[in-house]
Amino acid sequence: MKYRLFTLISIILFCTLWHHSKAQYYNDPENHECLKCHSGQAYTFHNELMDLEEKKLMNPYFILDTVALALGVHNLFDCTDCHSYEYVTYPHASNLKLESLITCLDCHGGDESFASYQFEKIEEESQKSIHYQVYGDNFTCSKCHSQHTYAATARTSSDVLEIVDYSNKMCLSCHNNMNKYQLVSGHENPQLIQVHDWLPNQELHFKHVRCIECHTEIVDGLMVSHNIQEKAKAVKNCVECHTTNSRLKSSLYKYQNLQKRSETGIFNAVLSNESYVIGTHQSPFLKLLSIIIFLATLVGVATHTIFRILKK
Amino acid sequence: MATSKKIYFYPVWLRIWHGLNALGIVILIVTGISLQNIESSFIGFNSAINLHNISGVVVTLGYLIFFVGNIITNNSKYYIVKPKGFIKRPLKQIYYYMWGMFHNMKAPYPLSEKRKFNPLQKYFYIIVMYLVVPMVIITGFALLFPEIIIENVYNLSGVFVTAIFHSALGFFISIFLIIHLYVATIGKSPIDNFKSIFNGWH
Repeated sequence: MKYRLFTLISIILFCTLWHHSKAQYYNDPENHECLKCHSGQAYTFHNELMDLEEKKLMNPYFILDTVALALGVHNLFDCTDCHSYEYVTYPHASNLKLESLITCLDCHGGDESFASYQFEKIEEESQKSIHYQVYGDNFTCSKCHSQHTYAATARTSSDVLEIVDYSNKMCLSCHNNMNKYQLVSGHENPQLIQVHDWLPNQELHFKHVRCIECHTEIVDGLMVSHNIQEKAKAVKNCVECHTTNSRLKSSLYKYQNLQKRSETGIFNAVLSNESYVIGTHQSPFLKLLSIIIFLATLVGVATHTIFRILKK
Repeated sequence: MATSKKIYFYPVWLRIWHGLNALGIVILIVTGISLQNIESSFIGFNSAINLHNISGVVVTLGYLIFFVGNIITNNSKYYIVKPKGFIKRPLKQIYYYMWGMFHNMKAPYPLSEKRKFNPLQKYFYIIVMYLVVPMVIITGFALLFPEIIIENVYNLSGVFVTAIFHSALGFFISIFLIIHLYVATIGKSPIDNFKSIFNGWH
């Protein structure tokens, strides 16, 4: 009897644990306790009051991108590691909306293993930014960096365009979305195309450089400057980037993964070859070659002139 | 190279084109170098860009005058290359410049009404005017409207490849300009050919 009871308890425990461990895998949203509702346009539930199976539309802002979730830096965490465990019941209790969520610094702050990411310095810089100055503590890290889907693209990718696209989408998620922009600012978002009318080849700039290249104050000790400046302080002087000592070298091209890549190849350009920046893309080899050809021409002309004078 | 009587070599349309082209090319070279080294340039980035673009358009329009002018007038005959002595003729001219002219030899291809350019000169003009300049114009316009350029050429940006090619062609033209100006001093007197391109008479 004792043996049978032990077996039964073991089976129940195994099933519970197995079910629970499976819930951590975001790549199987249909069987995930939360994602079975929060990954689709609609969700079904049993209305106990009416004893009915009901199907309702999900609030679009509460639908999660499960692919991005599975690829994000926090993919090893389950929903209830950060959200209240009470969310496992439906309908969710209304007071759960008031729960205070943990912030980035709650986990990452003061931890040696995250020291290289400089979270404290990032917080210090972002508190100087125009976002924090105007909106205060409401402007949390997650306004730009979704904890659900954030991936460290800039540190890992060797594709400049991918890094630029990922970074700019963070800004555009609000600055190109009237609802989200208004939620924070209380007024309409500026029309980005018109505001940047002065910028020649606007589309190319938007694809090849990040918004933060011009809209932040560069800090030497940080990989990504988080001090986003007010509009009036944005870089409008072309030469800041279009010069051999380009601003881009201490911002976008600061990443070693990009620098290593650009140092190889026949042109040996300072910046990556996936983009071209007038004035910055100087190939030392071609420069030397052109100087040699130029000097050889002058020497040739001078020699010929001397002979002409001597043989006159 | 000396001829006893003067020949009317350069008609008005040709001199207008040549003047316009000369001015445009000089501005393009100066602004082109400035854009690559803006920190050591006396021209601002915006002015350099605008001047480069405007001069580029002027040189392009000038090129059309040159191209059409050569078709509708008989100026094109000076550009015809004969297969006979294709290599030998320009070599003879090089020999003259390198050796002959210092040893009282006569120019192997003296200019006449039938021959405005010596063989070496003709080859260079053909390469520059029918190959390099059209390519520099095409790449220049591509860079003016970069969205039309192919995005990637293997691992390199299409704009990057176009820009390198454009700069290399521009550099070739600069070297050509130095040689062109220098060879122009080899006349009856060093300023004789310069006078000709102003008044048309050689």
